Amino acid sequence: MSERTTRQQMTISDEVAIDIRNMNKWYGSFHVLRDIDLTVHRGERIVIAGPSGSGKSTLIRCINRLEEHQSGHIVVDGVELTNDIKNIDKVRSEVGMVFQHFNLFPHLTVLENCTLAPIWVRKIPRKQAEATARRFLEKVKIPEQADKYPGQLSGGQQQRVAIARSLCMQPKIMLFDEPTSALDPEMIKEVLDTMIELAEEGMTMICVTHEMGFAQAVANRVIFMDQGQIVEQNSPTEFFNNPKSERTKLFLSQILGH
Amino acid sequence: MSDTHAQTVPFVRDTMLPAASPPDRQSGAIRWLRENLFSGPVNTVLTILGALIIWFLVATFWDWFAHSVWNASSLSECREIIAATWGEGARGACFAVIRERWNQYVFGFYPPELYWRPTMTFGLLMVALAPVLFGASLTIRRVVLGITAIVTLAAMMWLGVPAGWLAFTAVVLAFGFLASERNIAWLLPFSIVYPLLGVWFLWGGTLWGPIFVLAGPVLGWLAWRLLGSRAPMLGVVVAALVTILFWLFLAGDAATDAQGLVPLAIEPVRSDRFGGFLLSLTIGVAGIALSLPLGIVLALARRSDMFLIKSLAVMFIEFIRGVPLIALLFVASLLLNYFLPPGTSFDIILRVIIMVTIFAAAYMAEVIRGGLAALPKGQYEAADALGLDYWKAQRLIVLPQALKISIPGIVSTFIGMFKDTTLVTFVGLYDPLKSMSDAVRANIAWKGIYWEPFIFVGAIFFLICFGMSRYSMYLERRLQRDHR
Repeated sequence: MSERTTRQQMTISDEVAIDIRNMNKWYGSFHVLRDIDLTVHRGERIVIAGPSGSGKSTLIRCINRLEEHQSGHIVVDGVELTNDIKNIDKVRSEVGMVFQHFNLFPHLTVLENCTLAPIWVRKIPRKQAEATARRFLEKVKIPEQADKYPGQLSGGQQQRVAIARSLCMQPKIMLFDEPTSALDPEMIKEVLDTMIELAEEGMTMICVTHEMGFAQAVANRVIFMDQGQIVEQNSPTEFFNNPKSERTKLFLSQILGH
Repeated sequence: MSDTHAQTVPFVRDTMLPAASPPDRQSGAIRWLRENLFSGPVNTVLTILGALIIWFLVATFWDWFAHSVWNASSLSECREIIAATWGEGARGACFAVIRERWNQYVFGFYPPELYWRPTMTFGLLMVALAPVLFGASLTIRRVVLGITAIVTLAAMMWLGVPAGWLAFTAVVLAFGFLASERNIAWLLPFSIVYPLLGVWFLWGGTLWGPIFVLAGPVLGWLAWRLLGSRAPMLGVVVAALVTILFWLFLAGDAATDAQGLVPLAIEPVRSDRFGGFLLSLTIGVAGIALSLPLGIVLALARRSDMFLIKSLAVMFIEFIRGVPLIALLFVASLLLNYFLPPGTSFDIILRVIIMVTIFAAAYMAEVIRGGLAALPKGQYEAADALGLDYWKAQRLIVLPQALKISIPGIVSTFIGMFKDTTLVTFVGLYDPLKSMSDAVRANIAWKGIYWEPFIFVGAIFFLICFGMSRYSMYLERRLQRDHR
């Protein structure tokens, strides 16, 4: 398989991009995340799978502090996430996030969506930000939509704009929160292709997704979560062909069985 | 298609059908009538009923309007003319009172030789508003500025303006046109200083007053620049303190001294000379311009995570909304004097503007809070995830969308507030509806005339409010971003 060979070529450095130690989170008295330990190296592509309500989304939303953790440590790119707003904004500007429902800004054009954060957060001159934005729109294959509003695009196009918008901040890490779950089947492929391309360039990625084909093609580690805990993590080959825990086996039989 | 089953005739489309235009809309007056007025028995009955009501109203009031007299010097003269023209016992409107006393309805007791000053102020208001209200459309700017220029200059000449001021107005209007054609942003500095200029034009006195009022925030800004890099919060507090202290203790004396050195004064006009639509518009425009930013701040404060700020905002909003405007106006006119140090005189129109502003701002805050709540959570998350801080996220992402959602409510609040300016009659100011009409009727010549002034004043209020309503619809259309 050609994807396999590409994956072999992709390098993972020893440098730690994200380090999560003993992290716990509660919603009220509900214990959503329990003793999470996770180290992500630069260049790693991690897929997080699991039944709904297992805390996958909450976990990656803790990485850029859209959710606050109550105990333990999260260190992103050498910066620990605490209540310090400066640190939070610093981490957020280094970590891109793609949402299930795109969350594009409907009152701005596609180009303005992509240049807003570079101009206002990175203080990049408008001309230069626009040039970068056009380059990334080219990369996600919709340069011709730059002057339209998000409401005029299809779901798949909107999600690709959302990816371009994140990339314009030149992030070191990309988080994907079920990026294809709200899309029509015909449009899933165009978004996955974009993500695969990104992975091949060596971007550090954490994807919450139900696309097991994508996991097999690009991930170098699959993490299975249930009830707020990491139940199993392994290379995709091992994970899919030789799952260890009963819960994983059940999940895989249900998700791959039809 | 049911006769082409897969098992009988295999079918593969080899050419795609070209797009066809939709069938012509069957139009025509008869079809329209049938669809809109007589589509069923209930609709038909309602149509006939409606037509009868309209007929009754027109039949009742038509002769009164048709027999109107526009040229008379008293109500009795009006009645004589009507009796002579249409026979004894005929009814007729006496709009001559408007012709006689229009100036009082428009300017109140403002000195007649200075009528050009409010006229100029109003004309220049349009120039100051152009970049704010009509920044997006060159055509609308051309129409608005064109009409403004012609009407303002003609009216000022008719009212007897000194040549210098006419030239000044013409230059500003011409600059407005130039900026509108080239780059509307050139007008923004004028829009910013306009409030002070407008106050000076209307009340007169020394120009040093407004200049030193403006100097307060400038000094505050300097203080903030000095401190801002080291302690941002302290910088803001010190800047506010410097501004307020300067206004309270230095600005007045400084203006007097500067006036002694370089006289720059026009004839002062006291607040009790204001009346009619001049008063309504002054209070209304100031209230509108001030209540929107205050309402935004209150709405954001009410949604804040900080307990103290949130509680203060809730208390303020609920207290102000729970009290009738008239009560606030009485506080402004009577009680405030008890609380202020003896000898301080604090202009009555300014006091009323403050009360009207906080009253409208409390409603505005709730309207805007509705818009903020209607925004999907994902918008806040996307802004956060991109690393935008709170104020940038509010300014660039949240408020543009929330305000757009709130436009109908905001404009409703504006319209309500503008009509509420007539309530200033209760604190002894000459609003156009009640006090001004009473003043006109106090003259024996117009004793007993009620309907005509009401209709005139009502018509002008309607025009202004309808204008605001149409503007809000234009704005909503312009800001529409989907399905285009």
